[in-house]
Amino acid sequence: MFKVRKKEALTPQTKLYLIEAPMIASKVLPGQFVVLRIHEEGERIPLTVADFDRKEGTLTLIVQEIGKTTKEMGTLKEGDGILDLVGPLGKATHIEEFGTVACVGGGIGIAPVYPIARAMREAGNKVISIIGARGKDLLILEKEMAEVSDEIYVTTDDGSYGKKAFVTQELERLVEEGYKFDFAIGIGPVPMMRAFAMSTMKCDIPAKVSLNPIMIDGTGMCGVCRVSVAGKTRFACVDGPEFDASEVDFDLLCARQATYIDEEKESLDRYEHHKCGGCSE
Amino acid sequence: MNEERAKPKPKPKIKASREAMPLQDPRVRRTNFDEVALGYTREQALNEAQRCLGCKKQPCVAGCPVEIDIPAFISLVGEGKFLEAGAKIRETNSLPAVCGRVCPQEDQCEKQCVLGKKWEPLAIGRLERFVADYEMNAGEIGVPELPPSTGKKVAIVGSGPAGLTVAGDLARLGHEVTVFEALHKPGGVLVYGIPEFRLPKEIVRREIEYIEKLGVKVVCNFVVGKTRTIEELMTEEGYHAVFVATGAGLPYFMSIPGENLNGVYSANEFLTRSNLMKAYRFPEYDTPVKRVKRVAVVGGGNVAMDSVRTAMRLGAEEVYCIYRRSRVEMPAREEEIEHAIEEEMILRELTNPVKIIGDGDNWVKEIECIKMELGEPDASGRRRPVPIEGSEFRTPVDAVVIAIGQGPNPLVPATTPGLETTKWGNIIADEETGATSLGGVYAGGDIVTGAATVILAMGAGRKSAAAIGEYLENL
Repeated sequence: MFKVRKKEALTPQTKLYLIEAPMIASKVLPGQFVVLRIHEEGERIPLTVADFDRKEGTLTLIVQEIGKTTKEMGTLKEGDGILDLVGPLGKATHIEEFGTVACVGGGIGIAPVYPIARAMREAGNKVISIIGARGKDLLILEKEMAEVSDEIYVTTDDGSYGKKAFVTQELERLVEEGYKFDFAIGIGPVPMMRAFAMSTMKCDIPAKVSLNPIMIDGTGMCGVCRVSVAGKTRFACVDGPEFDASEVDFDLLCARQATYIDEEKESLDRYEHHKCGGCSE
Repeated sequence: MNEERAKPKPKPKIKASREAMPLQDPRVRRTNFDEVALGYTREQALNEAQRCLGCKKQPCVAGCPVEIDIPAFISLVGEGKFLEAGAKIRETNSLPAVCGRVCPQEDQCEKQCVLGKKWEPLAIGRLERFVADYEMNAGEIGVPELPPSTGKKVAIVGSGPAGLTVAGDLARLGHEVTVFEALHKPGGVLVYGIPEFRLPKEIVRREIEYIEKLGVKVVCNFVVGKTRTIEELMTEEGYHAVFVATGAGLPYFMSIPGENLNGVYSANEFLTRSNLMKAYRFPEYDTPVKRVKRVAVVGGGNVAMDSVRTAMRLGAEEVYCIYRRSRVEMPAREEEIEHAIEEEMILRELTNPVKIIGDGDNWVKEIECIKMELGEPDASGRRRPVPIEGSEFRTPVDAVVIAIGQGPNPLVPATTPGLETTKWGNIIADEETGATSLGGVYAGGDIVTGAATVILAMGAGRKSAAAIGEYLENL
């Protein structure tokens, strides 16, 4: 069991969990992920680590409640345990002194961008962060990101907070204004990462994205997380999760992510039905 | 009285055929995940044991990779001393209930059985299973007396058959053994790969429970190479020796067009969903697997047979086995092929997929195959399949499972500097001892040999355990 030491609602749909996992916390690096299973009947889901405290032996996970497992996880209380947690998995972000680095996060993707921005800054980079969400209600970690960035720009799709724009539009605007980026990382929903890939290609910025396909074991054993990068099939769990933005086949990623859309809905409907006391089981 | 005792017992006439294994009816079992083979009754076991000739030369023992004292345990079965028979097997085999079910006995102990020269060989595997099941049903399995702790720590990487064997053997020598497993349940291929209907998971759980009773500590959710490297285990965590048994955990694909379509699975994924994650009980269990009408499984080994039969049980009506050579070359156990055919597997032998065709929305629609013929023998001694030009044809399917083999998972070699591997990524280890290029680091099972059988992995484990024991003594 891995104890939930602290739980905090960041937005109505997004929760932060501080989890006691000293073995993993002592090793994890920005860009890596864990796989967890909350109970015996649960599925294994990958979550990119949002922060870690080696001394305290804790990991921070930030979870958006979209499906059955993430919603059920939301019912855990402080002091409760997560049955299985394994990691750190995947390759860590390559951190070096590039010069000026753009750290671009969309929605829940801001969470994994945060430790990367911090590490980039610690490595001596000038960090320009652009974070955004669909609306104000979904925006997370603004304060934390501001603390590890030299400059920060905030956007929302609906204009309810910050500038009404997509993060990629903001990135292109900065380039037009004369900003020179030596490297960029972009993490968020697939459409955002696809747009990020286009923008960084257009502006000639070397860029990486962190992919989030379906996974089971997370150690290269099952192959469900295969993605096409530069025309070659790669396993996101062990070869990634980060890949060159310009080389990723986002259409394939999107299609494969939707493999179990019907089953996911069935599972969620059944869960919500049970939760509201709709049946006697 | 005395006269009676002096009279030699009339030797019972040996029956030519072995006791038949009771099986679930094919039409019924195709629809459930319960075990196919039901196991001998007590009477059947007693009868079958009488067939043993008790040969002095014991060729069967030589045929067993873990050298079970087969005549001794069979003789105990014949006397009705089933628990004693179990203890006899456990002297050299920590997983009898598993081996009795999944070993290819026909190629090992039973192949050497003298009875087999004239009649059917003794059903050694079935008797082993009977004994192991009897033990389990009788309750507590006796733990042998263990020597005092040597204070030497051994880390086992992977809790499959090789790892568990080494763990059991070294614990019996008094060493402090910890098994690290990457998944959330121990057992390796026994839990993620081999289906419930061939090897109930409850059996695996109890076998592992027994190994834990020997003092072995099992740590799940621990990826050696990630959570800790081998070097860290040895320098920081104080392990004196490490045995790497990470198995064949890398799925091979065919590199044909369409392999990334939705509905194309590696056998590892398909079986892991169903077995480890219990997707066949979705939505009670959260992990789904697609339930479709027509499935093509590519490959002819045991993993392919397991995939075919799992697909049927998930509700598929037409399940094809596509194999590029002919049936006689299929590497699966004959029994598995027969069971699959009884369950209405459609065998497309001498056939090889060339591409998988999608429906436009990235879902599998058809598989295109080409007919093959057998040419000259290749390096494996089997006749090489050659495509027949222009013989391509398409079959409509909803899912494709690629079961053409698994390679060595690169995680441990990639994070262990100095650990030498072959060009295919298998760890190079001494055949007799499992010693690798690194001092104190041993390896065995599929990570060394490439995908093979449970019992061969266990055999490698036994030899290596002896070598590790010696190494630890001399430290």
